[in-house]
Amino acid sequence: MPEQSPRDTAASQRDAVITGIGLVSCLGDGLAAHHAALNAPAGFTPVIDATSFPPYPVHPIVALEYERQIPKRQDQRQMEPWQRIGTYAAGQALDAAGIKGNPDLLARTHMIVAAGGGERDAAVDAAILSGLPKAENPAAFLNEHLLTDLRPTLFLAQLSNLLAGNISIVHGVVGSSRTFMGEEAAGIDAVRTAVARIGAGQGDLFLVGGSHNAQRPETPMHYAMGHTLLAGAFAPIRARQASGGGMALSSLGAFLVIESRAHAQARGAAIIARIAAVASDRCPRAPGQATANATRQLAAMPHDPAHTAILSGATGTAAATREELAFLDTIALPIRATATALGHSMEPSFIANIALAADAVARETLFAPLEPGEAAMATPLHHALVTGWGHWRGEGMALVTK
Amino acid sequence: MPHTDSHGRPIVVVTGMGVLTSLGEGQADNWARLTAGTSGIRRITRFALDHMRTTIAGTVDFVPADPLCAPELSQRLADRVAEEAIAEAAIGTLKPGGGGNFPGPLFMALPPVELEWPQRQALAAATGRNDGVDYADLIAVADQEQFRATYRRFLFASIGEHLAERFGTRGSPIATSTACASGGTAIQLAVESIRAGLSEAALVVGTDASVNPESLIRFSLLSALSTRNDPPEAASRPFSRDRDGFVMAEGAGALVLESMDHALARGARILGVISGCGERADAFHRTRSSPDGKPVIACLHEALADAGITPDAVDYINAHGTSTPENERMEWLAVSTVFGDRAGRIPISSNKSMIGHTLTAAGTIEAIFSLLTIRHGRIPPTINYTTPDPALPVDCVPNVARDAPVTCAISNSFGFGGQNVCLVLQAEPA
Repeated sequence: MPEQSPRDTAASQRDAVITGIGLVSCLGDGLAAHHAALNAPAGFTPVIDATSFPPYPVHPIVALEYERQIPKRQDQRQMEPWQRIGTYAAGQALDAAGIKGNPDLLARTHMIVAAGGGERDAAVDAAILSGLPKAENPAAFLNEHLLTDLRPTLFLAQLSNLLAGNISIVHGVVGSSRTFMGEEAAGIDAVRTAVARIGAGQGDLFLVGGSHNAQRPETPMHYAMGHTLLAGAFAPIRARQASGGGMALSSLGAFLVIESRAHAQARGAAIIARIAAVASDRCPRAPGQATANATRQLAAMPHDPAHTAILSGATGTAAATREELAFLDTIALPIRATATALGHSMEPSFIANIALAADAVARETLFAPLEPGEAAMATPLHHALVTGWGHWRGEGMALVTK
Repeated sequence: MPHTDSHGRPIVVVTGMGVLTSLGEGQADNWARLTAGTSGIRRITRFALDHMRTTIAGTVDFVPADPLCAPELSQRLADRVAEEAIAEAAIGTLKPGGGGNFPGPLFMALPPVELEWPQRQALAAATGRNDGVDYADLIAVADQEQFRATYRRFLFASIGEHLAERFGTRGSPIATSTACASGGTAIQLAVESIRAGLSEAALVVGTDASVNPESLIRFSLLSALSTRNDPPEAASRPFSRDRDGFVMAEGAGALVLESMDHALARGARILGVISGCGERADAFHRTRSSPDGKPVIACLHEALADAGITPDAVDYINAHGTSTPENERMEWLAVSTVFGDRAGRIPISSNKSMIGHTLTAAGTIEAIFSLLTIRHGRIPPTINYTTPDPALPVDCVPNVARDAPVTCAISNSFGFGGQNVCLVLQAEPA
């Protein structure tokens, strides 16, 4: 199939195109920093914190100057890290798209955020858990300490939709505001919903993204209960399967400005890439079911095999990653399992991979292999397939083109 | 000829509804008690109330859940209302115990999920430490087999996975969390999906069973809750001068939505039309609405324009009406701006006076009650209206239900984080 060029048909006017990207992770602050880290001459270097939550390594967020996107100290104080990371990345995407500070456009910007939530005060929790066994009346002890020790504003860091709420306040995005919950699938469905609404004429301008903070103890604790984490020494996604696999969670923020081609062209915005298709589904994950979903999705994503690569969101969890990599290997395209570099960021993981895919197709170059089991790509990159299989549920795929 | 609205889009109709609140289970019981002016607010018996400033809620105590936690009870409520809605719509096979085959996607309004104290305490107990336990200790024991079920129960996707599997909905289930506007947002997503031709039918479920010590305390610390504990049924008093906060409550609502053509083709009974949705975010403050009411005004205008009607067509407003001083001031400002001289003559009542604030589920439950209002020509009252607020010259249908023809209703839902959704609900087209 020949390279797809922007079509001039009426339908192409409702193409969903990416005009702004905000991305912050362990690899750096911004898309350019990610490109540099992934294309370092000596190969990329994993960024790991192996000491904070033993035995589970996490990928920590790069040091960010939050005031660059969240100028008011008071706003920063009202947020916990996952909200600061996300609000920062959202600002970066709006900046890149040339929307920041434009009230007319922000009033028409529809926001879809994929969020977890529930950031806690670890010291308060620990003090209560330590006191409860000795308390004469444990229930009364719990009430008393929650009433006196919880910061009222912490509630606002715990509500899933308060990342979106903070983005509205800090950046003035007020067209609409929706938050999806549901781990990886929430991020996939956020992108899918935005692209579908653009296609149906239900909006022209969207801000889609999410953020994740792995550097708080409740997060590794929760996924450890599911026996889903990589324990001990770090190894790349493919290589770690030999020793049982597992996720290395990461702190990350990823936001995309997605708009109709007509809208982008009319305001003279530079188009980075196009999201030509995006699909999602679920299954109870009996062996082969996720593969069946992905096979169906792939059939609806026309691509040129000579110029296509796969950016896989494989999480590292044993069963899902084994099945996904086995499926992807049958397609015979260069693959990058990006969680080796970005870690697994849960809600925004699919969005982050679309960001990397958009950057790569815009440059027509796939970044270097992340581990010995991945093949280099010599031909120009025109199409990128992005996969997102949730560590427990949800299968998604997108086709990103020039 | 396909049935399209004034914008040329498929008309979205409701063909099945299910509802469960502190007033009872099912449309019939809820409607009877709601129109009788009955309150479901009671003293909390589920947990110890030592030190609590607020000791009342609209809990659903008649549905057993063991172990009791918000996602478990929320899921049970969701199961029951979805069953009622699907049975009424007679759509998709549903055998006892599961095996559904619902021909469309699932959109949910769910409360945020996080581990609760009993689960945290179980982890602490597994550490074997009696003192000085911290998260590092919990992390060290978390991988034990005994915690697998807890991990799954408290995943954000767990309720959606259960419902999708049980009712056989199509595709990836979407769970919205837009605070107290979530129910409205879930309906809106379904409407957009059908209008875009992505689906012919959709199942919408809003559920919330979050009355536990920490949730109650968190809202209490924000001074959002009524402390008028005695008698409990008098605490929720929307539009009254002496309203002092909302009353937390539990409940669930489910709606089967279809394109009108799909419903007619299979001979379904049409219960009403969702003709318009408006949505606008507010950048004013994390927990407070813009005092000028502008976002809600814009949201109401957008809903009316989306429905292709003028304000004159509206003959009932199902208020957000939380019973907080600020909400009703702002809601009245917005309504009086949009509806002008007519505002004080349009009946505007708050279901929350009786069922309390069902939070995430409120938008779905109150949309259902609005459709029942249209169907029965009977407007549920705002109870506890004994001391009118001179700043709010509303016809809030005080204390006693009123018989009146209603063909077009608006249902408002506003939430923390600047969330605003307005729905326009209408009778079946003649």
